Amino acid sequence: MIAQYAADGIVLGATLALGAIGLTLTYNILRFANFAHGEFLTFGAYFALVFAALFAGGQTLGPLTFGWGFLEAVAAAVVLTGLLALVLDRLLFRALRRSDVTVTLVIASFGASLMLRNVVVFVWGSRPEYYSREIAVRSELLPGVFMSADEVFVIGLTALAMLALALFLSRTRLGRAMRAVSDDPALARVSGIDVQAVIRWTWLIGGGLAAVAGALFGLTVQISPEMGFNMILPMFAAAILGGVGSIQGAVLGGLVIGLAQALSVPLIGAAYKPAVAFALMFLILLFYPRGILGGRT
Amino acid sequence: MSAPALEVRALVAGYVPELDILRGVSLEVREHEIVTVLGPNGAGKSTLMKTIAGLVPMRAGTIRLFGTDLPGVAAHRMVRHGLAYVPQVGNVFARLSIEENLAIGACARTDRAAIEEDLARMYALFPRLGERRRQPAGTLSGGERQMVAVARALMARPRVLMLDEPSAGLSPLMVGTLFAKVREVREVRETGLSILVVEQNARAALAVSDRGYVLAEGRERITGDAHALLADPEVGELYLGARRALA
Repeated sequence: MIAQYAADGIVLGATLALGAIGLTLTYNILRFANFAHGEFLTFGAYFALVFAALFAGGQTLGPLTFGWGFLEAVAAAVVLTGLLALVLDRLLFRALRRSDVTVTLVIASFGASLMLRNVVVFVWGSRPEYYSREIAVRSELLPGVFMSADEVFVIGLTALAMLALALFLSRTRLGRAMRAVSDDPALARVSGIDVQAVIRWTWLIGGGLAAVAGALFGLTVQISPEMGFNMILPMFAAAILGGVGSIQGAVLGGLVIGLAQALSVPLIGAAYKPAVAFALMFLILLFYPRGILGGRT
Repeated sequence: MSAPALEVRALVAGYVPELDILRGVSLEVREHEIVTVLGPNGAGKSTLMKTIAGLVPMRAGTIRLFGTDLPGVAAHRMVRHGLAYVPQVGNVFARLSIEENLAIGACARTDRAAIEEDLARMYALFPRLGERRRQPAGTLSGGERQMVAVARALMARPRVLMLDEPSAGLSPLMVGTLFAKVREVREVRETGLSILVVEQNARAALAVSDRGYVLAEGRERITGDAHALLADPEVGELYLGARRALA
């Protein structure tokens, strides 16, 4: 029974990890905690819903509940959500970045989060939605562990996205420039890096990853206007737990939080699920003040 | 005489409104020349470099690099105009490896083969860096970091290199090595690299320089040949006093 909860935790953790990567990336390069990041997940999920309806038809892929159309819809949602993040930065954050008070940005992002959520309710309504009415059949993968093909897909795609991002950051010019800006923006500027361009790419990538996370959450749970908002605090917990700025840390943090939330259900009751993420975060920070993988200064 | 590589005329600049740190500084660095700016704390030495690099807005005066007016150029475009700047503190990307630091220096260039060549040249000039190329720059000693910073700046193939107190925090032995390298760096480049150094450790810097300026209260006070400055009793008393410098 515990093994089943652990499997569910890994699926949730994978989604949280994808969201937390974007959060840690934007935090590290733009230096503020963006509370509107949760709404990027929500918008990503709804954009994918719109495109999934457009690209509907065709066969479902093997045991999965969706076909190629859904994957194309997610790709389109990635682009659109990245652009949404870029527009939000242009209209709101860029002007506020000139002030040195970062709390202004944080509160502004909180406001943006509220507004975006209301836009979702206005456009799509507040009823939960699903990508497919098909029933995701769970089969016994390991003794006592039942998972659907969709859930296995979620874990696989997350792993793939993380690997691609890690390679991008370590092997490409733009990735290196992003790490340089996160290390020291002023030095990056005098070294010849176009910091504004790097910031734009950070929004695109962070928003894109959030869209994937949102679509995957929608696939395995449901799509609702509050989905991103409900995930923003666990995502922050994951990013902080792993060590802000560390991609691997965000992934590890996401898995730890996902597992902790899922396992808290049989152990102490579902009502305490949200608190568990934070109790765990506090506990770990007592021993690793910079997060598990954030040891370096 | 050839046109100056870097020409600063009557420069006025400061961080906060109505408080000018630089109050009309003029100086020039000719091609292939090493020039040291010395002066007490608060004379505006670092501000002068930051203003030239485009990090502090200027209020009056002119800054020209090979005849091009710099104030219209964004800070990140300076490198493309041939100006490289090594700040006094925080001059390496601590979490990036040595090799990545150097690659960032070349980020405005596209000539891959030549970049590889320059990388090999840097490792020849600073063998310690070559041995540790995969190590994060944050794990290096102060002297090694300074070398990473200088090498990073040189990877841009600048025509003018600005060094802000390269000797700060280094041991006297390291200071000697560093300035010997600065001299060597100039000879490496066939095109005639010019170097502007700001220093408190004036004696060591002047020893490798061609000319020097003494900056005080935001203006250049004494100008001259490096050897003349070293011998000047006024300069000696004020700025070269026994062990006044940090080293």
